[in-house]
Amino acid sequence: MAMIHNRSRHRLTAYSLILPFVAIFALVFGYPVIEVIRMSFTDAPLIGEGEWVGWDNYKRLFSDRLFYTSVINNGYFVLLTVVPTTVIALMISLAVNRLSGRMQALALVFFFTPYVLPVSVVTQIWAWMLDFQFGILQPVLEFFTGKPVPVFKNPFWVMPAVALVTIWWTNGFNVLLFIAGLRNIPEELYEAAKLDGATRRQLFFRVTWPLLWPVTALVLTLQLILQLKIFDQVYLLSEGGPFNSSYVLLLMVYREAFQLNNGGYAAAVSLVLFLLIVVISVLQFQLLRVGGKDK
Amino acid sequence: MTRQRRIENAALTGLTMVGGLIWVFPLYWAFVTSIRSENRVVSDEAGLLPDEFNLSSYIDALFNSSLIDWYINSIGTSVIVTAIVLVTGMMCAYALSQMRFPGRKLLYLVVLGSFMVPAQALVVPQFVLMNDMGLINRWGGIILPQLVVPVVIIVYKQFFDAVPKEMKEAVVLDGGGDYTLLFRVYLPLNWGITTALGIITFIMTWNAFLWPFLVITTEDMMTIPVGITQVNDAFGVAYARIMSVALLAAAPVVIAYLIFQKRVTEAVMISSGVKG
Repeated sequence: MAMIHNRSRHRLTAYSLILPFVAIFALVFGYPVIEVIRMSFTDAPLIGEGEWVGWDNYKRLFSDRLFYTSVINNGYFVLLTVVPTTVIALMISLAVNRLSGRMQALALVFFFTPYVLPVSVVTQIWAWMLDFQFGILQPVLEFFTGKPVPVFKNPFWVMPAVALVTIWWTNGFNVLLFIAGLRNIPEELYEAAKLDGATRRQLFFRVTWPLLWPVTALVLTLQLILQLKIFDQVYLLSEGGPFNSSYVLLLMVYREAFQLNNGGYAAAVSLVLFLLIVVISVLQFQLLRVGGKDK
Repeated sequence: MTRQRRIENAALTGLTMVGGLIWVFPLYWAFVTSIRSENRVVSDEAGLLPDEFNLSSYIDALFNSSLIDWYINSIGTSVIVTAIVLVTGMMCAYALSQMRFPGRKLLYLVVLGSFMVPAQALVVPQFVLMNDMGLINRWGGIILPQLVVPVVIIVYKQFFDAVPKEMKEAVVLDGGGDYTLLFRVYLPLNWGITTALGIITFIMTWNAFLWPFLVITTEDMMTIPVGITQVNDAFGVAYARIMSVALLAAAPVVIAYLIFQKRVTEAVMISSGVKG
């Protein structure tokens, strides 16, 4: 009797511990997941009920040119950010890691501070840096192009510029992950390799790089997911323009739902974005794992 | 060390520091701009070095915008989100890690799975829900959808799993229950993790843009990251003022980071699982 009593009390305690999280989760996560799926099959406005329309939203989506533009822009942005930021972060972390004491702390502050800034602070600073008339970086652009460029109003420059801003903003996070990874590599390995007469280059490619691979894979995966969800910077710097040259999927969700009042259609776009992220990140994860095993 | 090696090392160090200075240059430039007068900012004589100490745009920003309201909203909502996320997270993680109950596996799978769902894909139904609950333009509306942070549970669970069983026995012998265990043993043993997760959650919430931007439409209810975008619209192109507002908006987190550098650095490393 006592045993049974104890066990049910144990369970009750467990349920009381998980209840707060589960209740919040069900309300603001579980229910919206179901709702976004249901809404995507209706022609509902943002607020209010709609009619069931079956697959219409998806049919419309796959014949919507703006959808393809967005997907391509999302892909382009991923190309411009994910690998470059990983390489840059790796280089910076190697450079910072060989410093010691106060010098290292100071270097870390330099490279990490942008990460703690709100996105709108970042975009305002860069809008000023790259301002068409008075931007301090315009002479640099002029040097390469021969004339000042209104970067966020130019279809060619807008995505690379947003990518630059994004890398500046988020790179510090990746640097920290790499530094943590570097600190995990036992010093003895380097000493042993040095005794064997390894050069600096060999130390990097035979010791550092293979042992750092798991962190590299993590950074690549996190970055890929993060950059697929690009919205804030694009919205604040170019609003998807000019001529939709920086229009991305999440911007499409925003515009359809909150400006054009097409809740159902926006839900369909959201779901496609979600599926895209899941499929790509699972694929990438598998790929990177295989890549890691070769080493 | 050979002479050549020493020179090489010094050069590398110098290069790193110069690189770092270039990296923070935009912040420096924002500061220099913010302490100039608007006329000076756009004049040809404006050089790279600070040549004026004009605080008028700061005073303007503080008194002629709703900056103070935005601070209050940001601090209030971020503190509440962080507190609730930590408490509900550690309770749930404790149950998952230390207790046996039907549904445990399922719950853990759901937590792991929700890690994959981008919150941004849910903004449409979440907005409808907040509207139904009458929480548009309210703190509740900003807070509620930001309360699900699965990574907090995952990290807590890992650390609770690693607590040696002997720690438990003494409390159990004294007749202490699971709540006592959690708050008297597991939590104190993992203060470091709590601080780390708290810092990460706070920075994340403080800097959140998309959700507060959607759920708030009146200026006095905005958070800092959303509010300062209004300054552009209000001031037109007035870069000294825009930079002052931007720097004032960034100041609390940047100052907190500079004071707690080591903790913040560790927090990022721990919560991403690279450092145990």
